[in-house]
Amino acid sequence: MSAKKSILIINQSAPYGSSNGRESLDLALTCSIFEMPVSLLFVGDGLYQLINNQSPEQLQMKKHEAMLSALPMYDIDQIYVTAEDLSENGLTENDLAMPVTLIQRDVIASLIQQNDSVLTF
Amino acid sequence: MTLHVINKTPSNLPLYHRMLNGLSAGDGILLIEDAVYAGLSAHQALFEGLPIDIKLGALEADIQARGLTHRLSPTFTLVNDKAFVQLSCEHDKVVSWY
Amino acid sequence: MKFSLVIHASPFSAQTSSTAYRYAKCLLDEGHQIFRIFYYGDGVLVANQQITPPQDESNLLTAWQALAEEHALDLVVCIAAAVKRGILDENEAKRYEKPNANLASGFELSGLGQLAEAIAVSDRVVTFGS
Repeated sequence: MSAKKSILIINQSAPYGSSNGRESLDLALTCSIFEMPVSLLFVGDGLYQLINNQSPEQLQMKKHEAMLSALPMYDIDQIYVTAEDLSENGLTENDLAMPVTLIQRDVIASLIQQNDSVLTF
Repeated sequence: MTLHVINKTPSNLPLYHRMLNGLSAGDGILLIEDAVYAGLSAHQALFEGLPIDIKLGALEADIQARGLTHRLSPTFTLVNDKAFVQLSCEHDKVVSWY
Repeated sequence: MKFSLVIHASPFSAQTSSTAYRYAKCLLDEGHQIFRIFYYGDGVLVANQQITPPQDESNLLTAWQALAEEHALDLVVCIAAAVKRGILDENEAKRYEKPNANLASGFELSGLGQLAEAIAVSDRVVTFGS
């Protein structure tokens, strides 16, 4: 199989309120096992997945942040956040659970162009 | 070239803005399901100032179902299921906004 | 052209699952190939053989089954998403000691690797989200 097709996963859902975030990360990890280059874009409500100090113990749900911490182990390091989303929410990179690449919103179009397949969650 | 398919009503403005941010020249937009209401003339300000040569379409079955056949802005082309498939082939990828 | 579809939407609460069916049917009518259809999230709910819609509503389950039979489609249901929603094949029913299996015929349970493979080998991947 032609395993080198690159994939961009666009995350636009907040964590906990829906299962989209978990499902997208499961897919990202799986694609990485198949040696497909994976990029993740957290945009709009998707940014909230990255906020640090999550403690979902009372919800009896799995910690989203813990799942994110698996990404580097799978060599997924193309993680994008827009500077506009951060500032519109009054957040900075210090509020995030992991290092990300900050881009301007108008770079999203070229991320979509550069990748062979784009999936949204 | 990318075909952007969106399926929510225009009251989901941030979703529209994300899609419009992701456009490059030559891309296409296809309104399906509840997104066809964005084809009403009153919503055309949304689609002003796009990159050059963006084709706008709306899925015929959804337009007809919702009573919009004679209310669709002339900036949109009616796209039947067969044309949806053709558009999917003519663009290198399909991105769904939902 | 070789297509794969990813269906996230519940067949009950959103129109999208039925849009995906119409799209798949049209792809085949136009002579394209469908490598795989992958049901994920609430999309897996369509693969429950017990689905019984009211008589005056269409039945997406039987529609998919008929299309799959006619065109030998590979309908793959995400195993993790399905099992937690109570959709089990014989193996999973046995493994979890449940009284019966209810995965509809024509569908198979498998892992996300099947979706990764579909993305890798298809010319187009089209997502139908809810």
